[in-house]
Order: sequence, then C-alpha cells, then structure tokens
Amino acid sequence: MTTGSVWEWIIKSVVIVFGLLTGFAYLTLLERKVLAKIQVRIGPNRAGPMGLFQPLADAIKLIFKEEIIPSRADKIIFVLAPIITVIPALIILGVLPFGGIITLFGRQISLSLADLNVGVLYITAIASISIYGIVLAGWSSNNKYAMLGGIRSSAQMISYELALGLSFIGPILLSGSMSLHDIVAAQKPLWFVVYQPVGALIFWIATLAEVNRAPFDMPEAEQELTAGYHTEYSGMKFALFFMAEYIKMIAVSAIAATLFFGGYRFVLEDQYPILGPVWLLGKVIVLLFGMIWVRATLPRIRYDRLMAFGWKFLFPLALANVFFTAIGIVLEKLWLIPLLTIAVFLGAVVMVGISETRRWRSHVF
Amino acid sequence: MAFWDYLPIAILFVISAGLAAIAVGLGHLFGPRKPTPKKLEPYESGMNPFGPGTRRMPVRFYLVAVLFILFDIEVVFFLPWAVVLKDLGITGLVEMIVFVSILVVGFIYAWKKGALEWE
Amino acid sequence: MTPLQIIFIIVAVITLFAAIKVVSSRNLVHAALWLILVLFGIAVFFVILSAGFFAAAQVVIYIGAIAILMIFTIMLTRRVARDSGAQHNSNWWAAAVLSLLLFTGLSWILSRWQGFQSTAQPMLESADPLRQLGEGLVAPGGYLIPFEVASILLVAALIGAITVAWERK
Repeated sequence: MTTGSVWEWIIKSVVIVFGLLTGFAYLTLLERKVLAKIQVRIGPNRAGPMGLFQPLADAIKLIFKEEIIPSRADKIIFVLAPIITVIPALIILGVLPFGGIITLFGRQISLSLADLNVGVLYITAIASISIYGIVLAGWSSNNKYAMLGGIRSSAQMISYELALGLSFIGPILLSGSMSLHDIVAAQKPLWFVVYQPVGALIFWIATLAEVNRAPFDMPEAEQELTAGYHTEYSGMKFALFFMAEYIKMIAVSAIAATLFFGGYRFVLEDQYPILGPVWLLGKVIVLLFGMIWVRATLPRIRYDRLMAFGWKFLFPLALANVFFTAIGIVLEKLWLIPLLTIAVFLGAVVMVGISETRRWRSHVF
Repeated sequence: MAFWDYLPIAILFVISAGLAAIAVGLGHLFGPRKPTPKKLEPYESGMNPFGPGTRRMPVRFYLVAVLFILFDIEVVFFLPWAVVLKDLGITGLVEMIVFVSILVVGFIYAWKKGALEWE
Repeated sequence: MTPLQIIFIIVAVITLFAAIKVVSSRNLVHAALWLILVLFGIAVFFVILSAGFFAAAQVVIYIGAIAILMIFTIMLTRRVARDSGAQHNSNWWAAAVLSLLLFTGLSWILSRWQGFQSTAQPMLESADPLRQLGEGLVAPGGYLIPFEVASILLVAALIGAITVAWERK
C-alpha cells in the first residue's frame, strides 16, 4: 500500500461516480427519445441539437425547485432517505472490472477499482441494503400512499432478491470463483449465457423488479398510489430517487454483461486493452435499450400477481436452474445444462399456462 | 493483506455519500422556501387528509420477510458451496440436495398454507 | 499505533455509541436504524479481521434481511414514535451493579484465556479462504452435520412464523 495507490483509488472512484452521473443524465434522454420513437412522437428536441442539453436543463430546473418537508414528517429520516437510496446505487459497481490492464503515463493501471474474492456476494449485499432508502422514505413522509408504496416496494424487492441471488450461482458454479475478474476470465472461450440461458433470463426479470422498472413499477403506480414512496418529495431530493433508479439500471446492466455476456471482453480486446470499457459500454447500452423496450411494451402487473410470479414461478425456477447447472458440472457434461434448464423452463411455462387457463375458466381471479 | 483490498470500496463510499449530501445541500441552498400550512399537509390527491399518516401494516408483509430471511440464508450458504463444487463432485451435490430439500419441504408447507397468496 | 488500530478504535467507538442509542432512542424506527449502524460496524470488524465473506454475509443476512424484518415488525405495532414513559425504573442501580459484575467477570475470564497469548497459525498464502470455507461446510470431514441441521432449524422457524402469524380462522 503506497500513497500512489490511494490517489489512484480516489481518481478511479471519482471517474466511476461521475461516469455513472453522466450515464444517468443521458440514459434519461435515451429513454425519452426511444419511448417517443416507439409511440410515434418526437420527444425532447428543443434544448440543444437533438435535445442533447435536455438533462442539463432538467438538472438546473430541479436545483431551483422548492423543497417541501411535510409538517408531520420525521425530518431527519426524510432528508436522509434519498441519500441512503443513492449511495448503494453508486457503490455497487466498485468490484466490477471495466477492462484489463492498460499502460498510462508509464504506469500499469488496472481498469477496475477493487478485485474482491467475494465480489458476487458484495453485489448481493449492496443490492440488499438498497431497500432501506425506499422503506424509510415511505415511512418518514407521514403519508398513507407513501407508506403503502414503500412497504409494497420493499416486499417486492426482497421477494425478487431471492431469484436474483440464485441466478448468481450459475456463473459461480461454471467459473469456480466469486471474483468478477475470474468470472470474466472464465468466459474467454464462450459467454456464460450459452450455458445459462434460463439463469440470464431470471437475472434479467429479477433485476427489473429490483430497480422497480416496468412492468414491475407497482410501487410507483400513479393511478392508485400517486407516486408511491416518493409522493412527498420534490426538488433535488426527488431527483436523487430518480437518479438512484437510473443508475441502478446502468449498474445491473453492467453486472448482467459481466456475468453472462463476457464482460469487457470482445474482439481485439486482447491486443488493445483500452477497448475493454468501450465493449462493456456497448453491451450495457444494448441491455438498457432492452429495458426501455420492455417498459414501452408491457403493461404493469397487478400486485398480487407480481408477488405470486416472484414466489411461485421465478424462485422455484431459479432453484431448479441451480440444481441442473450443478448436475451438469458434476457430470462434466456442460452441454447438458442449457438443454435441461430450457426444458424445465418450458415445462414450467406450460404448467402456469394450464393452471391460469383453469382459473380463467372458473372465473376465480 | 486482505483488509486493504476493501479500502478502495471505502473511498468510493465516502465520495458517493459526499456527492449525495452535496446534491441535497444544493437543493436547500437554491430552492425557494415559502411554506404555507396547506402546502405542508400530506398529499392525498387533493382531498383533505384524514386519519394518521403512518398506519399499521398488514401482517402478511411480516410473513414475506420471514420467508425471505430463510431463503436468503440458503443463498448465502450456496455461494461457498458453488465455488468448490467442481472439486467435491457428486458428494457435494448430494449434500446440498439434502440441505435444500429440507427447505423445499418448508416452502411447500408455506405454499399449501396459503402464505404466498395475496388477495 | 498502526493505521489498522486507529480504524479499529474509530469503528469501535461508533459501534458502541450506536449500540447505546439503540436502547435509549424513544422512537422505535430510530432505534432500528441505530441497530443497523451497529450491525454495519460489526461487518467492518469482519473486514478488519480479513474475513471478507463474513463481512458481506453479515450485510446480506443481518442488515439486508433480519433488520428489514425488524422494521416490518415495528411497523406492525401501533404508536411507533410516541413512547413517553420513563426509560428506567427504580431498580436501575441493581441492573448497573449486575452488568458491571458480569463485565468484570467476563473480562477476567477472557484475560486468562490462552488463545490471546498464542498466535494462531497463519493461513497458507496459496489457500483461498473461500474454498476452505466451502469444503469445511460440505466435505464429509468438515462441519457437514451442523450444516444440514441448520436447514432443519430454518424450516422450524418458518413453520413457527406461519403458525403465529398466519393461522386462518
């Protein structure tokens, strides 16, 4: 440990944080543009060329907005909640490898902040503490809608966190390590999505629920809960909740890319390590586009169906996925894993279809 | 030494917390503040607010949290097992199947009891 | 003092302060938040001991699950924030004497324990502590029986929770 490395860590941390902030700003613009195109609208186009300065205008507007603290709110927690929400979103990528090792100003610099041997568990840990901001925001506002939204949101997050945690097991089994660097290295011959198609799908669905995105944006259901846990928030405090949601979208896309889609590795990365972050960014943008597409396409799921889906479908399926992956590993026949898991997945879908049809016929909703 | 591996995470944490605090501070600094009693009431879609703002919540959320703890512990047990499964081979698999099937019995019990139903 | 010792003392002071606030807060939700700070401090202790897995598991299980359950349970109760009764009764001095005795006794026993004098054998540099943990859990020579019994304990807790909270009339 030298002073040089401390400065290196500080610079890397600042780069990660401000990179995520820039990503957040332009993700909001991307989402509005893509949604507009899908809905045959134009979208923001006034602030700057193609609306490129729109995020800046939004930020300035939010800073100068009046902030309201409801009279009977718990003031300290009310102010702390947005801060508590945003911190996990910013630090979850601390263990992610953004690239290999590059040489800059004659120094060998590895393009990641930390390589923990418990990297995957670190991600689970940070994901699990991100519930607090929401539950505390809902409770401290002294508002019925906010309280209900906060509790619903937290119950939803813990329900889907199980499936999320189980979908991490597949890549760990295949690579034999919890370090994200090792997981990326183990995908050199073949991306893990080939062995873990169902695992990647479970991860994808569970993360949509974790970040409260459509079609799982129940806690923010405008029609019945006004705005859920952040009903009473305005100005910059509201902006922090908004920021946390979008930064988490970027973060989970980056984690999905790392666990299942080869991370920063792609063609020519071996010769030019500087391409690593570029490839990672490309994969992240593709996954983010998928998330926006899902939002534009699917309607919101009713809350009881959402919980039933998480507990009765996704969680058993994730357990089965771990089981069959382990069988494939032990028998040393990796090609068995996708066959078995996809068969189980299709079987589960058919079973749900049959039982739902029966429910529909008997009019028991 | 392993402890210093975590120092960069601590630095990232401090920078993130500082940034979030500055953002909240900026809003306090530049935002206008003209509170009126009506403005500070809880927002209930324009109706006059009635009753307490924080209510007791339904007991089934408690049950979801209990179920979550149990299976969260299971997931944490899975992780070190997953790291070494390649070396353990078939015995490791069988032992984990025993562990999980006991929990699955509990899961089926909860399911049959209707603890997973939301009406 | 080494930097590690300074970090240890700072974290210890914060953790102890938070622990006192847990019992002295009048607002139950605030008490739960102080408890989370205590649990986080313990996670930092695990990191100081180079036990990264336990630090992360502490955060996942205690902060991410058990403290959430506590907050849910607190929100089940009525009048969370309105406790105005006295926080100690007339027997407080007896409790103080008892806890002081207990503390002295424990310190005395611990100070005589041999484990503090003898340094533990350092772990092999090549061995990954995570692998050792995994093998210890499920290898037949390791802690297989406690590991399996843990699942029975978990199921018992589940059935208990359903019986207490979910018996339908």
